[in-house]
Amino acid sequence: MRKITYKEALREALKEEMRRDPTVFLLGEDIGRYWGGAFKVTEGLAEEFGDERVRDTPISENAIIGTAVGAAITGMRPVAEIMFGDLTALAMDQIANQAAKIRYMFGGQINCPLVIRTPFGAGVNIASHHSQSLEAWFMHVPGLYVAAPSTPYDAKGLLKSAIRGNNPVFFCEHKLLYPIQGEVPEEEYTVPFGVADVKKEGADVTVVATLYMVHKALKAAEMLEAEGISVEVVDPRTLTPLDKQTIIKSIKKTGRIIIVSEDCKTAGVSAEIAAVVAEEALDYLDAPIKRVAEPDTPIPFSPPLEKYVISDEKAIIKAVKTVI
Amino acid sequence: MLNLPKDKLAEMLRKMFEIRLFEEKVFELYAQNLVPGTIHLYAGEEAVAVGVCSNLRKDDYITSTHRGHGHCIAKGADLKRTMAEILGKKTGYCKGKGGSMHIADFRIGMLGATAVVGAGIPIAVGAGLSIKLRRTNQVVACFFGEGASNQGTFHEGINMASIWKLPVIFVCENNLYAMGTRQSIVMNIENIADRAIAYCIPGVFVDGNDVLAVYEATEKAVERARKGEGPTLIECKTYRHRGHSRVDPARYRPKEEVAEWLAKDPIKRFKEKLIHTKALSETEIQHIEKEVSVEIEEAVKFAIESPFPEPEEALEDVYA
Ligand SMILES: Cc1ncc(C[n+]2csc(CCOP(=O)(O)OP(=O)(O)O)c2C)c(N)n1
Repeated sequence: MRKITYKEALREALKEEMRRDPTVFLLGEDIGRYWGGAFKVTEGLAEEFGDERVRDTPISENAIIGTAVGAAITGMRPVAEIMFGDLTALAMDQIANQAAKIRYMFGGQINCPLVIRTPFGAGVNIASHHSQSLEAWFMHVPGLYVAAPSTPYDAKGLLKSAIRGNNPVFFCEHKLLYPIQGEVPEEEYTVPFGVADVKKEGADVTVVATLYMVHKALKAAEMLEAEGISVEVVDPRTLTPLDKQTIIKSIKKTGRIIIVSEDCKTAGVSAEIAAVVAEEALDYLDAPIKRVAEPDTPIPFSPPLEKYVISDEKAIIKAVKTVI
Repeated sequence: MLNLPKDKLAEMLRKMFEIRLFEEKVFELYAQNLVPGTIHLYAGEEAVAVGVCSNLRKDDYITSTHRGHGHCIAKGADLKRTMAEILGKKTGYCKGKGGSMHIADFRIGMLGATAVVGAGIPIAVGAGLSIKLRRTNQVVACFFGEGASNQGTFHEGINMASIWKLPVIFVCENNLYAMGTRQSIVMNIENIADRAIAYCIPGVFVDGNDVLAVYEATEKAVERARKGEGPTLIECKTYRHRGHSRVDPARYRPKEEVAEWLAKDPIKRFKEKLIHTKALSETEIQHIEKEVSVEIEEAVKFAIESPFPEPEEALEDVYA
C-alpha cells in the first residue's frame, strides 16, 4: 500500500470532504494561500477551494470558534484550526460553554457539527506556551468528542468521521506526528469514533498509549520483545468516547497494564484510563496499574530540561519491568 | 528635532546597534545549530523599542511579546544573560526554562515576554493598576503587534485602562504582517491608532522607523500617564527585515515592498541624521558600533561557554 505522512493524510481528509460536501469549510490563522497553516496541513487547499472556503482569520481564537459554532448551528460544517493547542485556552468559553453545551442546553433542538483541529505536544524546544498536551481538559467537557490519532491512517479516517458527524469534535494532533509516514489506502474509508486499535499484539503486558507516545510504546515493545517480554500496544484513537472494551479485553489476556500519555500526571488522560481499569477490570490484574506520564510542571525550553520531563522509550521499558 | 543632549542620542544609537548586532548574531548562531527551538528576530524595528524605552526610568515597566529581544535590550537587559537564555543555558535570565520567546528581568521592570499573542496587554493594565494603587508614579509600556490588536485582550485591556485612567502606554508595532497575513486581510482600518477612538483615549501613529518620532510621541504619552491622565495608544509603522520566524522565507512580501522598507532602515536613517546635524561624527558613530560588537562577542562567548542546566532543574520553580 502507498505510504503518506500524517500531515498529507489530514490534508487528504479535508480535501475529500470539501469536495464531497459544499457546506464544509475551513477557518483559522494563516491557513490560506499565504502560509498554508503553521504546520502546512492546509497547504494548497486555498488554491483548489478558494479563499472563501479556506478562510484566513484574524488572531482571534475565541471568535474563530464562536464563529464556527454560529455557522455550525445554521447549516455549515466548519473545520477550525487553532495554530497551537495551548491557544485553545483563549477559546475555552466557546469550546466548553458554547459548542459543547448548545445541543443539550436547548433540549436537543439543534446539532453543532464542527471540528477543532490543533497540535499539542513537546519535543521541539518552544517552551511552555507552545508545548502542552491538554487533551484531558477537553475529555472533561461533556458534549465534546475528543479524537487523538497516532498514525496517518487513523488521522485521515477519524478526521473524515469527525467532519461527517453531527457533534463538536476536538481533534488532537501532535507536532512530531506530522512528518510520520504510514500506509493509507487510496480508496475511501473512515475510522469510527470509540473504537480502539491494537497497534501490536502481545501476551505479557498491555501498554495503552496515545498520540506520539504510541510510537515510543511500539519502539519500547520491540526492544522488550528482544528480551522475551511480549507487549500488546493499544491505541484508544478517540479519548471520548473511550473504548473501554478493547482495553479490558487486552488486560484479560495480559493481566498487566501500563498507561502512557504525554500530559502531566495529575488528573490527566492516564488518570482517567487508570480509573476505568480500576473500576471495571481490577479482578483481571496481576500487578498494580502503572502510569508513564509527565511530572506536574510546565514544559521547559532548554533541551536537557525538556528531554527530562518528556518520557521516552526507556521510561516505558522501566515501567513494564516493574510489573513483570 | 535633535534637542536631546548628545549623550542621550549616543545612548539611543548604541541601543539600536546592540539590538541589530545581537539579532544578527542570533541568526548566525541559529544557522550553526546553537539555538534550540525557533526565533523571531526584531531587526528592522529597533527604533520602536529604543524610542519608547529611552523615555522610561529603570523602575518603569514593560511587557513584551514573542518578538521580544529588542524590547529587553532597550529596557537595559544584560546581553550576556539574554543570549544565554536563547541558547538554553543555566546562566540565562530564566535558567533555560523560557528561551527566546520568554525573556524577563524583573529588576529592570521587564515583566516578561509572553508568546501568546495579546496576552501581555491586560498584564500591562494590571501593572498600571498596581502603580495607581501603590502611588509610585511609574508607567508601563506595553508592546504588541498589529495582529494582536485583533485579540479580545486588546479591546478589553484598553477599555479598562481608559476607565481607570491607568498609566499605560500601548505601543502597537505595526510591521504590516502577522506571520503571512497582511493587515488588510484581517482589518478594515488602515491605522490601528484609530481604535483608540472607541475607548476615548489619544491614538497617534508615528513613523516607527524614525527613533526620534517614536521618542517624541512616547514622551507625551509618558507625561500624560505620570500626571494621572490615563493611557495612550501609539502605533509605530515599521517592518521586520526577515521572515516571521526562522523557517519563514517571507515569500508573501512583494520584493519592491521589502526594498522600499530596507531603504528606510531605522539605524541608517538615525546615523544620517546625527551626522547631518553634527550631533555625532562619523568616527564617533563607528566607535560606538565597534564597542557594541565587542560587547556582543562577549555575550556570545559567555552564552556558549555557560553550562546547560542539570535535567532535574526542570522540576524546580513550579511553586514558591
Ligand atoms: C493567541 C495566539 N494566537 C496565535 C499565535 C501564533 N502566532 C505567533 S506570532 C503570530 C503573529 C503575530 O503578529 P503580530 O501581533 O502582528 O506581531 P509580529 O509577529 O508582527 O511582531 C501568530 C499568529 C500565538 N502565539 N498566540
